Amino acid sequence: MIDTKLYGDNDTDVLIKESGYDDHFHEHEHGDKYRSGFLNTYIFSMDHKIIARQFLFTGIFWALIGAGMSIIFRLQLGFPEESLAWIKPLLGKWIVIDDVTGMGTLDPQFYYALVTMHGTIIVFFVLTAGLSGTFSNLLIPLQLGARDMASPFLNMLSYWFFFMASVVMFFSLFLSTGPFSGGWTAYPPLSALPQASSGSAGGMTLWLVSLTLFVVSVLLGGINYITTVLNLRTKGMSLWRMPLTIWAFFVTAIIGLLSFPVLVSGFLMLMMDRGLETSFFLSEIFIAGQGALDYVGGSPILYQHLFWFLGHPEVYIIILPAMGLVSEVLSVHARKPIFGYKAMVFSILAIAFLSFIVWAHHMFMAGVNPFISNFFVIFTLIIAVPSAVKVFNWITTLYGGNLRLNTPMLFAIGFVSLFISGGLTGIFLGNSAIDIPLHDTYFVVAHFHIVMGIAAFFGMFAGVYHWYPKMFARFMNETLGKIHFWVTMIGAYAIFWPMHYLGMAGVPRRYYSFETFQTFKHFDVMNQFITVAAIIVFAAQILFVINFFYSMYKGKQQKTRNPWGATTLEWTTPIVAGHGNWPGNLPKVHRWAYDYGKDGIEYTPQHIPMKDGEEAGDH
Amino acid sequence: MSIKEPRYESTFHPHKFALWASLCSITMMFIGLISAYIVRYAAGNWQEFNIPSLFYISTVVLVISSFTLHKSYKSFVAEDEKSYKFLLLVSLVLGIAFVAMQTFGWFELEARGIELNGNPSGSFFYLISGLHALHILGGIAAMLVATFHAYKLPFFVSNKRRLRFDLVVSYWHFVDILWIILIVFIHVIRYIL
Repeated sequence: MIDTKLYGDNDTDVLIKESGYDDHFHEHEHGDKYRSGFLNTYIFSMDHKIIARQFLFTGIFWALIGAGMSIIFRLQLGFPEESLAWIKPLLGKWIVIDDVTGMGTLDPQFYYALVTMHGTIIVFFVLTAGLSGTFSNLLIPLQLGARDMASPFLNMLSYWFFFMASVVMFFSLFLSTGPFSGGWTAYPPLSALPQASSGSAGGMTLWLVSLTLFVVSVLLGGINYITTVLNLRTKGMSLWRMPLTIWAFFVTAIIGLLSFPVLVSGFLMLMMDRGLETSFFLSEIFIAGQGALDYVGGSPILYQHLFWFLGHPEVYIIILPAMGLVSEVLSVHARKPIFGYKAMVFSILAIAFLSFIVWAHHMFMAGVNPFISNFFVIFTLIIAVPSAVKVFNWITTLYGGNLRLNTPMLFAIGFVSLFISGGLTGIFLGNSAIDIPLHDTYFVVAHFHIVMGIAAFFGMFAGVYHWYPKMFARFMNETLGKIHFWVTMIGAYAIFWPMHYLGMAGVPRRYYSFETFQTFKHFDVMNQFITVAAIIVFAAQILFVINFFYSMYKGKQQKTRNPWGATTLEWTTPIVAGHGNWPGNLPKVHRWAYDYGKDGIEYTPQHIPMKDGEEAGDH
Repeated sequence: MSIKEPRYESTFHPHKFALWASLCSITMMFIGLISAYIVRYAAGNWQEFNIPSLFYISTVVLVISSFTLHKSYKSFVAEDEKSYKFLLLVSLVLGIAFVAMQTFGWFELEARGIELNGNPSGSFFYLISGLHALHILGGIAAMLVATFHAYKLPFFVSNKRRLRFDLVVSYWHFVDILWIILIVFIHVIRYIL
């Protein structure tokens, strides 16, 4: 158990009051502006803690929809012979009922729409906005000792642009022609020609509008995060004393700020191709029944370059915040300083830099010059180095630690496991020669789902369970949490491990049905197994959502400020922090964020002054 | 919007820092377009055309507006009210003139048969110059507010007002330099590649 008397809440108050930093924040109190009336407090809030929760709730909403979609298309893949008539009340005309047999089948067009929306929703709305939006907002001001974000107003706008993007995308699900169905990467010509498929008309238009709004949200958020980290740290919080969470959010914001605008330029050209008949991405195209279209000499590969220049950094925008959260949770619950703090920071920076020069490894099969491919192969494989440094440091942090195996810790360890498994297959796919047979097979699906899908979700879960008391002043239920963890952990491997074999046997991804392929007949049972596992894992996520909302009202109450015995500043605020986070002075920082077990003391928070003759814990 | 005072004593105000961060973002968008331009140019089937001279004249106008705006800022700091107001107004007029000249430049291109939906060389030119003009319009909006303030508010120099003006000037210099890079790039690429 943690010795709560070690640094009691009163001691913290006295210390901050006597030796904290007075920024005169409460003298010209404009706190009321932020907390007057329901609307300003909970809806159009400019308080970063509320905005973080708004991002989290919207993220959970989208995660349920995105995961629910995967269950529907998994049912089609696992049990193509079974009737899906029972989903007709939900999907309406997309379930076609045979008049004679009464058998309901999923419309193939809608199958593609489901796959596309699943990818778009999970990648952008859940793992970008839901993950980094939530935790950057919650933790950057709290862990840095800032009153709020640099610009609370832009912060509010950031959420509401995300909200508008959500509304537009949600609306597109209900179009009579269906949402966009050409894959989440939206390659032309499927995305550029409105007549290409039913989802390419209205569905694609709304998709573009939604994602453009989304980019605005990411940029507004990112500008804010970077400015806050560089300008609003409390006294004594040098860059090298920042927790790794902040480093991760900071670098993530920089990556987003530099890569998303390139996507916008691609989108602009796509919009012009769609609406103004330009030929940026469209070459000479003949359509049966319509003859030759007017387009001349455009290149769809050009779009792929622009897309993946964002697309690849995007996977690090997803995984870096998860890495930051995991580093922090591992260190707190192993009661040990993070191993190799500076190596961790430098590997984050190295990954961020390399993420910009590897995009074409998504395009080895798109006709890219093999000599250019070599360049991308080499840099792709070099990413393994900083990634391995991080994995090594996580494991070494655990080694010999006094581990508390509670839910956040389990999810953090699970993250490390998934990151290793998924990362190793990345080395396969990063080689252009091996990529030739594996490209567009289930091997790729397995790889990225483990390494950036499930792993990032695990980082997010670790963060939610760990910082839940900070958000709602209560704890989530441990028993339900552990059930959630074990089902998800074993289930995730049960879903994606078999897919590696499917992929190596050449089973292509995104196919509606394999009925006509005799070669793949013996995989029917494996596909059924995957589907059943997916349904069980989905049920476990429902359990998580129930736990989440139940604990908000009925969870165990947080009695002391620092329930985990952590060293970072967010645990020095009152349990329910008002606007400005600290009631009086701001805490001053005297040490790095990882003084665990130093000089025989279990933990020493960052705001505790150095004793006489004490040497700093960081080197 | 309230960007808070910095905790560390720094010469760089968070406001200005945030502006620079967004300028990086805008730059990346144009780098994306320029890269696409180069890739598409190298692929062949590219119809060369001479840029109407109006675009070069407009470039000069824009550069002059940048100078006058800078002078106006200097006068503001030096508390020279008259030249501050006058030069600000001149810059605003020059900025609007730039957009007008770009528009007439597009008309001239159109009249020469360079269509938006024709050869990609034209599409790219319209896209890049059009997107830049949108950013100029943003700058003009900011200058309009600044001019309104200059003529309506009683004249005094405060840190807050100086910072606000500084932000407008920084942004205007940015779109100015951006246009010079773009026009030089489009002009020169045919001699390099």
